[in-house]
Amino acid sequence: MPYRAEKPPLPESAEQLRARIPGWGADLDPADRPAVPRERLDPGASGAHWDLPEQQPERWPRERSIEHGRLTPVFGTSCPPKGLSGVVRRAAYARYSEGRAAHWLLLLAADRIDAVESHLASFGTLHPDNPITETGILGEPSARPLSSRFGVRRTDVVHQPLDPVIVAGPWVAAAVVGALVVRSGVRRARR
Amino acid sequence: MHAMVYRGPYKVRIEEKDIPPIEHPNDAIVRVTRAAICGSDLHLYHGMMPDTRVGMTFGHEFVGVVEQVGPSVERLQPGDRVMVPFNIYCGSCFFCARGLYSNCHNVNPNATAVGGIYGYSHTCGGYDGGQAEYVRVPFADVGPSPIPEWLEEDDAVLLTDALSTGYFGAQLADIVEGDVVVVFGAGPVGLFAARSAWLMGAGRVIVVDHLEYRLEKARTFAYAETVNFVEHDDVVVELKRLTDYLGADRVIDAVGAEADGNLLQHVTSAKLKLQGGSPVALNWAIDSVRKGGTVSVMGAYGPMFSAVKFGDAMNKGLTLRTNQAPVKRQWPRLLEHVRSGYLRPSDIVTHRIPLEHIAEGYHLFSSKLDGCIKPLIVPSAA
Ligand SMILES: [Zn+2]
Ligand SMILES: [Zn+2]
Repeated sequence: MPYRAEKPPLPESAEQLRARIPGWGADLDPADRPAVPRERLDPGASGAHWDLPEQQPERWPRERSIEHGRLTPVFGTSCPPKGLSGVVRRAAYARYSEGRAAHWLLLLAADRIDAVESHLASFGTLHPDNPITETGILGEPSARPLSSRFGVRRTDVVHQPLDPVIVAGPWVAAAVVGALVVRSGVRRARR
Repeated sequence: MHAMVYRGPYKVRIEEKDIPPIEHPNDAIVRVTRAAICGSDLHLYHGMMPDTRVGMTFGHEFVGVVEQVGPSVERLQPGDRVMVPFNIYCGSCFFCARGLYSNCHNVNPNATAVGGIYGYSHTCGGYDGGQAEYVRVPFADVGPSPIPEWLEEDDAVLLTDALSTGYFGAQLADIVEGDVVVVFGAGPVGLFAARSAWLMGAGRVIVVDHLEYRLEKARTFAYAETVNFVEHDDVVVELKRLTDYLGADRVIDAVGAEADGNLLQHVTSAKLKLQGGSPVALNWAIDSVRKGGTVSVMGAYGPMFSAVKFGDAMNKGLTLRTNQAPVKRQWPRLLEHVRSGYLRPSDIVTHRIPLEHIAEGYHLFSSKLDGCIKPLIVPSAA
C-alpha cells in the first residue's frame, strides 16, 4: 500500500522470472539498450557520405509546410495535387502552419473531396470503383464473421455499423447530386 | 507492376502502376518479397490521417531484393536481400546526426513535426509504400540493411516496424528491475512491448485490451497478466487494485489514435475526424500510472489536437516519453535477441495474404476477424 514507505512485494523473484521467461533481464543494464547515451552527435554512424544530400529535382511545384525554410533535399512524388482537392491542399499548405487547426481541417476536407472526385472520375475509365470488392467484404465468409464478432466481449462491435455509413456516404451524396443534375437537365430540356 | 492503391476511406484495390524510377542519386528500387499491414495503416485506411490522397500505395513494413541503385549508392548492389526500416531518413541532418532517425528534417517537405515514412500519407512525406511489387527506397546507403543469412524473411519484415517499435516503447519507459509495467493494447506492437519489458527486467507485466483472442496471445507469447477492460466498470480502478493501489511504475500506450473504450472519444476522432486521435488509452495510462512514473507513447497519433488529461499528468509529476522508433538503431540488439532465441517475431503472424487479395486483408484486420493479429502480404512475384 502506498500509504507506507515500502513498495508492494512482487509475486515472483528475479530467479523465478529468469527461469520462466526467455531472456528476462538481458537488457537490465541501460547501457545494453540501443541509443545510450541519448542524442550523441555522431554524424558518421548513419552511413551518410554527404554533409547535405543532393537536391532531388522538383518535377512540379511541391507543396510544403511554411515551417520549413526550404524544399527538403528529398521528398515523395506520389499523387501530385489535382482537381478541386488539389486547390484546397495547396491553400492549406500556402496559408497555415502545422500549428493551426485550419491547416489540418482543410487537408481532411481535401481528402473527402478527393475521394468523391476520384470516384466520379473512375466512372470515365475502364476501371471504375467497385465498393463491393474495394471494401474487402467479399472476404467475410471465410473470416468467421459471426463468431469473431458475437459471443465475445469486444467494444468496437458497437460502432462497426458506422463503417458502411462512412463508405456509402460519398456514393449516396454523389447519387443525390447526380439526380439533381439530371432533374434540372430534364426541366431545362422541357422548357 | 501491381500495387495496392487507396481509393477513399475503407476502400483499397490493386492497380497496375509504373515501376518507380530512381529520383535521387542515392535511391534504390527494391523488389518487395514480403510486406505487412500495420495497425497504423488502419488510421490511413479509415481516412483519419490528414492529406491521405486517393491513389497512394501504403505499406511501411517490407523486405525485398535490390533491383536497381542510383549513381551515388556505395553500400548496396542489385541482388542484395534487404530489410528496410519504416523511417525514411537522410543520416546527416541535425536530428539524424544525433541518432533521431525517425525525426529527419531532410525528407518531408509537408511537415516539420514528422519525419518521412513509406506509404504513410503526404503528411509523412508523400512516398509510395511497400504493399506493391516494387518500391523506391531513398537514401539506400543509410536506411536498408542486408538481411542476415540466418534470419527468415517473415521475421525480418517484423523488424522493420512492429518489433522495433514495441521494443522502443519499453525502452522509452525507462524500466528498472522489478518495475510493474502496464501495456495498453495487445496488438503486435503491444505484444512485443510486453515481451521487451521482461528483457529490461520488469517484475510484473500487465496487458490491457478488449479482444480476448489477443489477450490470450499476451498470456502465451508475452507471459503477461491480462485485463479485459470490457469486464470492468472502470479499468483504472482495476489497475489500481491489481497494484495494491499504488499504480504501475511504467505504462506503455501501444494503442494510439483509434482507441476504443469510450464511444464519444472514439466517434469524435475515428469516425468524425474531429480529434488527432482518441486518447482513451493515453488517458487511462495517465490515470493508472503511479505518481512520479513514466508514460511511454509510441502508438501513432495524428497531428490534430486530442483531448488529453494533461492536468493529471502534471499533478502526478509524470514523465511522458514519446517518439516513433528509430528502427535501424534498434536492430543490432534486437538481432542478437532473435538469434539467442529470446523471441521469434513471426510467432505473432496469423495471416499470409496474397497482394492481389489485399482489400480482404485490410477488411479482416480492420474488423479484427478470424483471430487476426498480424497479416503479412505476399506479392505474387515473391
Ligand atoms: Zn507501423
Ligand atoms: Zn535526417
